[in-house]
Amino acid sequence: MDDKSPQDFAAILEQLYRNEFRRVLATLIRLLGDFDQAEEALHDAFKAALEQWPQQGIPGNPRAWLVSVGRFKAIDKIRRDARFDALGEIPEDYEALTANPDEASDENLQDDQLRLIFTCCHPSLSPEAQIALTLREICGLTTEEIARAFLIAPKTAAQRIVRAKAKIREARIPYEVPQPEQLTERLDAVLQVIYLVFNEGYSASSGTELTRHDLSAEAIRLGRLLMELLPVEAEIRGLLALMLLQDSRRAARTSAQGDLILLDEQDRALWHRDQIAEGVILVKQALSMSGFGAYTLQAAIAAVHAEAPSADATDWREIVALYDVLLHIYPSPVVALNRAVAIAMRDGPDAGLTQIATLIAQGQLKDYHWIYAAQADCYRRLGETAPAIKAYQQALQLAQQEPERRFLQKRLAELRNK
Amino acid sequence: MKYLCLICAEKVMEQMPKTEADRQYEEYREFTDSIRASGHFVDCNRLLPPSTAITIRVRKGKISSTDGPFAETKEQFGGYYVIEARDLNEAIQVAAKIPGASRGCVEIRPVANDPQTLDVLGLG
Repeated sequence: MDDKSPQDFAAILEQLYRNEFRRVLATLIRLLGDFDQAEEALHDAFKAALEQWPQQGIPGNPRAWLVSVGRFKAIDKIRRDARFDALGEIPEDYEALTANPDEASDENLQDDQLRLIFTCCHPSLSPEAQIALTLREICGLTTEEIARAFLIAPKTAAQRIVRAKAKIREARIPYEVPQPEQLTERLDAVLQVIYLVFNEGYSASSGTELTRHDLSAEAIRLGRLLMELLPVEAEIRGLLALMLLQDSRRAARTSAQGDLILLDEQDRALWHRDQIAEGVILVKQALSMSGFGAYTLQAAIAAVHAEAPSADATDWREIVALYDVLLHIYPSPVVALNRAVAIAMRDGPDAGLTQIATLIAQGQLKDYHWIYAAQADCYRRLGETAPAIKAYQQALQLAQQEPERRFLQKRLAELRNK
Repeated sequence: MKYLCLICAEKVMEQMPKTEADRQYEEYREFTDSIRASGHFVDCNRLLPPSTAITIRVRKGKISSTDGPFAETKEQFGGYYVIEARDLNEAIQVAAKIPGASRGCVEIRPVANDPQTLDVLGLG
């Protein structure tokens, strides 16, 4: 008998659930071959733990216990269903289910998470479905959180997930890591999903909460796992570096009140030095490997910022040069805007305004609040208050996220009080 | 599991010069031999050009027909394979070697295998 109270067990179990449910689920999906059955088994297993552990004590390897109990609960169900089934057929993989493989070894669990990643990011699923499924199954977000993150109705998010699971089952998308010859192309989709997860954690697309650390940590963990499996893929290293370098500024990018603090005004003493050191090493490694791309270059830019002792001492020449390469291999309007901002820093606000005006005229960014914020900042630095106010107001109209709105409102108030 | 691989291309054999068509026939011979040898082969054939197609509808017991395929697209169905594959990834690997995949595209569709379908179609 254990002397812990039921409340203690509930707390321990909740902690365990948070830490383990993803891994346990990934393994149950492999063992049961079905997402919904695995989810049900996962909940049955945790329910059984809540009932049994207070009497029997916590098992030595709780994860293995949960996998094993979840599996047997599912087998029980399959048996019961088979008994009532007119055909009385037992699924062909029943033998595999009742065999007793070393299902909970750490190595197997890690592989299961990768299998789950590659299955959720399978190219036969739409990009929207890949992201929704990954966030739901690997990161454990609720359907409502996914819906909020992508500004869609919860019903739409739920449908995406249901349809994706149906397609996995019906078209028989296997639960496996791709063969080496397909790995590189399949990897692109996975990296994209991981980075979206990171961004969801780093800067929620709307609402009051600017950072959701657990999601970013999850994305970084996934990045590490992938790097371990595929050490020769430069872009995994680049993406991991990028996430670490961005994450290193987490404590400095919001005030105690939750207000946004831009890079040049951040207290660099708050930057996480260990993450920067690791990120910088990874960037250097990635840049020396063949096949580096947009993630590595963005990480290289982040590394230049991270290594600058102060905002004024930033090597803008280097940053503009990196943006030039990035824009060449990845021609995106947002990259062009960032390059314009870097040019404004290197050559002065006038040069920046010219670049920004061109980009606004091209139309793709006309609803993007940061382009007006960047324009406003150039005017502000030139001392042209009226056009600066106008541009900040435009940005404010388009901004959705509370901290970003407060930041823009603060800038506006400063200008009006001049 | 069986998968239907529908080959879509801008040109079918009849619409290309003979030397080009002969070359493609040879590619298909090679591919088809290879999937026979590997055990993926179930069935296949080539379709005659869409100009030979007729689309029919039956409404109130009367057949109405229009000439040509029901979808007027630049790409057209030129042929099909039915393959046996362990899962979708294997099907993708096999279908990627269909010569038409390098010129047009190949749609992969799982073939139904549920008891009702098999019973209704007398395939059980």
